[in-house]
Amino acid sequence: MTFEHIIYGVYPYVAVILAISITIIRYTSNRFSFSALSSQFLENKKLFWGAAGWHYGIIFLFLGHLIGWWFPRAVLAWNGSPVRLYILEGAALAFALFALWGLCVLIVRRVYDMRVQKVTTIMDIILLFTLLAQVILGIYTAIFFRWGSNWFAGSMSPYLWSLVMGTPEIGFVKSMPFIMKLHIFGAYTIFLLIPFTRLVHFLSIPWQYFARPNQVVVWYSEPGQG
Amino acid sequence: MNIRAQVSMVFHLDKCLGCHTCSVACKNLWTDRSGVEYQWWNNVETKPGTGYPSSWENQDEYKGGWEKVGNTVRLRATGKLRGYTNIFFQPHLPTIDDYYEPWTYKYEDLFDSPPQDTQPTARPISLITGEHIDTIEAGPNWDDDLSGTKFYARKDPGILKLSPDEQKAIFEFQRIAFFYLPRICNHCLNPACVASCPSGALYKRGEDGIVLINQDVCRGWRFCVSACPFKKSYYNWKTGKSEKCILCYPRIETGQPQACFHSCVGRIRYMGGVLYDADKIEATAASEEKDLVNNQKAMILDPKDPAIIKQAQKDGVHMSFIESAQKSPVFKFVKDWEIALPLHAEFRTVPQLYYVLPLLPVLAVKKGNTFEVDNTEFFGAIDKNRLPLKYFASLFSAGNEELIVKAFKRMLAVRYYKRQQEVGDLDKSKMLDAMSQAGISEKVAEDIFKMISIPTYNERFVVPPLHREYQTAIDGDIDTYMGQPYAYKAATGFGPRKGVKRGL
Repeated sequence: MTFEHIIYGVYPYVAVILAISITIIRYTSNRFSFSALSSQFLENKKLFWGAAGWHYGIIFLFLGHLIGWWFPRAVLAWNGSPVRLYILEGAALAFALFALWGLCVLIVRRVYDMRVQKVTTIMDIILLFTLLAQVILGIYTAIFFRWGSNWFAGSMSPYLWSLVMGTPEIGFVKSMPFIMKLHIFGAYTIFLLIPFTRLVHFLSIPWQYFARPNQVVVWYSEPGQG
Repeated sequence: MNIRAQVSMVFHLDKCLGCHTCSVACKNLWTDRSGVEYQWWNNVETKPGTGYPSSWENQDEYKGGWEKVGNTVRLRATGKLRGYTNIFFQPHLPTIDDYYEPWTYKYEDLFDSPPQDTQPTARPISLITGEHIDTIEAGPNWDDDLSGTKFYARKDPGILKLSPDEQKAIFEFQRIAFFYLPRICNHCLNPACVASCPSGALYKRGEDGIVLINQDVCRGWRFCVSACPFKKSYYNWKTGKSEKCILCYPRIETGQPQACFHSCVGRIRYMGGVLYDADKIEATAASEEKDLVNNQKAMILDPKDPAIIKQAQKDGVHMSFIESAQKSPVFKFVKDWEIALPLHAEFRTVPQLYYVLPLLPVLAVKKGNTFEVDNTEFFGAIDKNRLPLKYFASLFSAGNEELIVKAFKRMLAVRYYKRQQEVGDLDKSKMLDAMSQAGISEKVAEDIFKMISIPTYNERFVVPPLHREYQTAIDGDIDTYMGQPYAYKAATGFGPRKGVKRGL
């Protein structure tokens, strides 16, 4: 088994299994620790640019990657005309720069703001710089290995599906440039970081709020039992 | 009709002396921890004044509470769709500077100081950063007793709504007056905090109406802080969870009144259960502004009415709660005597803390070198109040001055009645005239006098039995909870049995 085999054929499974199992353990044993851990209350001027830029940017990019993975044919069909390809790649790059800028603001804020420092843990710093590295690697890839939305459909999507099927075909990854490989490694690492950091907050997306009635009443005994 | 039980409250503002004992009792019991040191679940404000957090009543800025849309209500700033788009950054969230930066003093410098020419001082340091604070700029009761001042009283959002002439009149030196406004969570019937929580962590307890935040479900989205128009839900900056007044439910469940009530030196606080019709919540919240208070009062049902008792039992209210509600001082103040009014009903949360208005000191004017009472009446007249009725109406009746006049007239009538009875220097016809104007009988006047002047502990606090012993599976392991009451003694207080620690 080669080093590449371990990183691209074994590590993804380790990361996902650990992420899911430890998240479940954390959720059942220490649910209190699940929180967005917002620090807007302590500092809200820099946060506006940082949090909005980062979150909107990264959500768009994340969904973009999912679409490339799940609907490769649709993406290729869309990219059939160069104008549409430029629109897609241009939008993705714009959101990536938006996210990068937001992330930089967040890092500066977390490191230099006296109040925010007090609610910063070592894991916050590790997470922020991991994300920063990942975004920079992604932007580098987008600029220098064009056009990502096309070749993603051809090589990344089948590679990811092979992982899902349990038969990792790391041939797809082997031929990729080193920067690309790092970006893929980074993705698994971020997955692995979920249960150990504040990243768990994205599992708390409050979907149920849409359908919920305004008021919540909880009875200790069944109503009517009184 | 769907009858529910609610623990409700009355604060008699005429008796509040502004001593902050309530705030300190609460602080010592619940918020004496890092992360919540700036939180005062109970605070006492000077009115006119800006309060805590600064200008909390100004919903143009904070966007708290509900707005009327047709026959229903909508959260002003944190409704569902806007809630999702604002989830990363909330434009109307107050920051710590809107409250104050909590601080302590470096007392050890007084002991450790080397010999020097000047006295050592204990410099203030921030309880957040630990750094020196050069100038303390705000505190929980920073505008205490500062009526008339430029930065506080004149910036009271209620005062700013008055005309320039009215504002000028209030701050004439001879007229300057203030009163204290103690505030806790109103445990509203239509709580904006509960409705705004994306995680569903906030809830109203069915048996007693206490509004709580489940700390394990809270994800720190902070919508409740923005949505509560009274700013009585707070963000714990250390744990990343929101916290609020819990109405001392562990005390109430064991038959004791809330700590702030129990410790009140002026004995201004009354508590008791009331029954209300939960089917009317939405319609009441969406009333026309002038009808808000009347409709809110109409929701409260007579616990002595046999039909109400029958329906209440059917809807799951325990008979012992109904019996307790029959003795409730809140029902008397709000429904029988109609001298207690809710704070800022126009926020449409249907708050369950009612206030008896303050009868301010009689106005005096300078004639030559002496001050003389500017009045032909003995106790002053309502139209010559130091603060305009419009101001009281903006606080306690959603702008409906009739309700303010009615409450004032009744309280004055009680004074006439008692003065005539005890001192006898008033014309009896005058007393009777005041009584008929106020629409109360001598018996009612006597009852009001007794309840506001010489009530006993058990008359002020009619603690309804909450029957925690009937608790079902909400806590999972009822045997642990009820069977071993001492198992967790001195561990982590109430609620979580593990130590609480911020995130990871």
